[in-house]
Amino acid sequence: MSQESPQHFQRLKDMPSAHLLGTGTPMCPGCGGLETLHEVYDILGTKTVFVNAAGCMTLLSVYPFTPFRGGWLYTAMASAPAGAQGIRDALDILKTKGKLTDAEDMQVVVITGDGSAYGMGLSSTSAAMDRNLDFIYLCYDNEGYGNTGQQYSSATPHAAITATSKTSRGYPGYKKDLFSIWAAHRPAYVATIIGSEPLDLAKKLEIVQGLKGPRMLISLAPCPTGWDFDPKLTVEIGRLAVQTGIWPLKEYKDGRIVHTRIPKQRKPVEEYLKLQGRFRHLFEPVRVEHEIAGLQARIDKYWDRVIDEKG
Amino acid sequence: MKRKLLTGNGAAAWGARLASCDYVPAFPITPQTEIIENLALWIDRGDMEARLVTMDSEHSMITAAGAAASSGVRVFTATSSQGLLYAMEMLYNVAGWRAPFVMINVSRGLSAPITLESDHNDIMAARDTGFVQIHCATCQEVLDSVLMAYRIAEHNKVRVPAIVNLDGFYLSFTREPVTLPDPEQAASFVGEFDAENLQFHASAPLSQAVAVLGGGPYSYFRYETHLAVRQVLSIFDDVADEFESIFGRRYDIIEQYRMEDAVYVFVMLGSFSTKAKDAVIALREAGWQVGLARLRLFRPFPHEQLRALLNGRRGVAVIDQNISMGMGGVIHSELAAALYGLKDAPVLAGFIGGLGGRDIRQEEFFEMITMLKISADKGESPMVRLLYTGNELAEIRKLQAIALMERHKLHKE
Repeated sequence: MSQESPQHFQRLKDMPSAHLLGTGTPMCPGCGGLETLHEVYDILGTKTVFVNAAGCMTLLSVYPFTPFRGGWLYTAMASAPAGAQGIRDALDILKTKGKLTDAEDMQVVVITGDGSAYGMGLSSTSAAMDRNLDFIYLCYDNEGYGNTGQQYSSATPHAAITATSKTSRGYPGYKKDLFSIWAAHRPAYVATIIGSEPLDLAKKLEIVQGLKGPRMLISLAPCPTGWDFDPKLTVEIGRLAVQTGIWPLKEYKDGRIVHTRIPKQRKPVEEYLKLQGRFRHLFEPVRVEHEIAGLQARIDKYWDRVIDEKG
Repeated sequence: MKRKLLTGNGAAAWGARLASCDYVPAFPITPQTEIIENLALWIDRGDMEARLVTMDSEHSMITAAGAAASSGVRVFTATSSQGLLYAMEMLYNVAGWRAPFVMINVSRGLSAPITLESDHNDIMAARDTGFVQIHCATCQEVLDSVLMAYRIAEHNKVRVPAIVNLDGFYLSFTREPVTLPDPEQAASFVGEFDAENLQFHASAPLSQAVAVLGGGPYSYFRYETHLAVRQVLSIFDDVADEFESIFGRRYDIIEQYRMEDAVYVFVMLGSFSTKAKDAVIALREAGWQVGLARLRLFRPFPHEQLRALLNGRRGVAVIDQNISMGMGGVIHSELAAALYGLKDAPVLAGFIGGLGGRDIRQEEFFEMITMLKISADKGESPMVRLLYTGNELAEIRKLQAIALMERHKLHKE
């Protein structure tokens, strides 16, 4: 379902000037997830039902308030895509029966954190893609179980300090590649986005608006409380995530993966790490060279392959 | 009206078809699967206008069911046993959404040890969810109860989901003659689903299932759901009257059998009550003044009806096909609570029986009544007992001996 007037985003000044999401939410100051949601909502518009799984954003709609001008349904941690299935099917049934006009129809948008998307919700998400459900999935990825105090999840990056990896070793695992897992299902669309790159985000949402079927978005969501940085740095950290190449902006469409932003001269990853308390142990009291070098090597290897494939 | 030989599962599927349900989120599990297979076939053949979607789990299935009902369509679904428990989080959720729909549960014992056969621990686990529970004893009752359940769940004083329960194997796979209601009469009895405020329309935005902060609002909404479920007690008879006037079959909150002059009473639910009826006939022939009270409605629990029915009787034998570990039978303790404080309350004797498909034989009904009389003579309620024979114990001892031998053999090798 596309907007009544098609949007076309070439420059920043093409971005919507009206902001739809209400203010005064209980999200933390500097929430990168909320930054993304603002931008996404401005483009998707109010004819949307957000289907939520347990996470920080569950607190957006607390009786009797909501920042949304459209619909909302909270489900549970594991099954937001199943809720989207029920709503989409019901709206389609009502349309078939002539009980719902096209003008009254709504776009169904799942919104979950990484705890649900990367883990508990993966089965219901996979099944929704199998069934080619016509929906949008927006994952705000703050790389941990943020709403419970940032315990590590399978989205947590290597070496990060979390509430369940508190020693200087940090989290021993490596961030799961959800983009590839989702793309392996061959849905209509998969993209990584970030709120600090609003034009890239808007262009991708424009594509999303023009497609049907499962349209899957993962937004890195810099998290001042979980990552331990000053809320004023959210945008800067987001930009550094892209400039250092640790958060590649890309999309999957028509069976192909395209990188939408290839940093010409990647900044060293430590510029990104240094701003965050969760990585401070890599620099203080002594510099842990092998960990920093290891993280840098993984990023370099990733981009070497991307550039090779591009020829 | 035509009569057909139908299994309990077949009858359940006919119930969904005749209730004109729009949407069936599904997931296979024994012994329920035949229901969704029937519906899938009818829908694919164009015999039934509905949409069936196989989900990735019962948890997802109940989420989709609640979400679709919250969007304004009539939903039917079915599960059993482990599936019901896998969905448990969502059972509480969708009842809290006040999303009316009908679900069949085909009762089957719970793991561990895993079994396919029937008892009621699965459905008892759902007793606190906010779902209405209607328990069936025959295949005819399964079909009729699905139709009635839609009327009850969708009633504007109720608006919660309802479970229609039938026993695995004993009903699910047993063919009985079932009178199929005339489709037009069934449709007119069930009526159109009035979604009221349950919708997602662009021009009338709505937030559903939102969070609350603090115990005040939480308590309010939870208690509202409790009161809504209690409302079923006041509307059930009206729905039953209307059903009887159209279809000629009567369903009461409590089915009474030979209760007029009964001194001793069996209280139970489900298909094993048909065995109890047989036993009542035999016991009466042997000179016992015995009756049977079968709970058709288990949620809401019919306190007042049970008090009125059982006060003044000498003794009640409660047969629970479930076991609450460390406590005993669920119906036993709930009935004890309902009867507490009555001046002429009967002595209660609790029996656990029929676990995992185990039969309850007629001589055991005789034994229960004999024990009940002894307790009534003493004026003391006995400890909860398991129905289990010496032979069964000997059989399990044999199996244990074999298991031990096999283990020794392995160790030697």
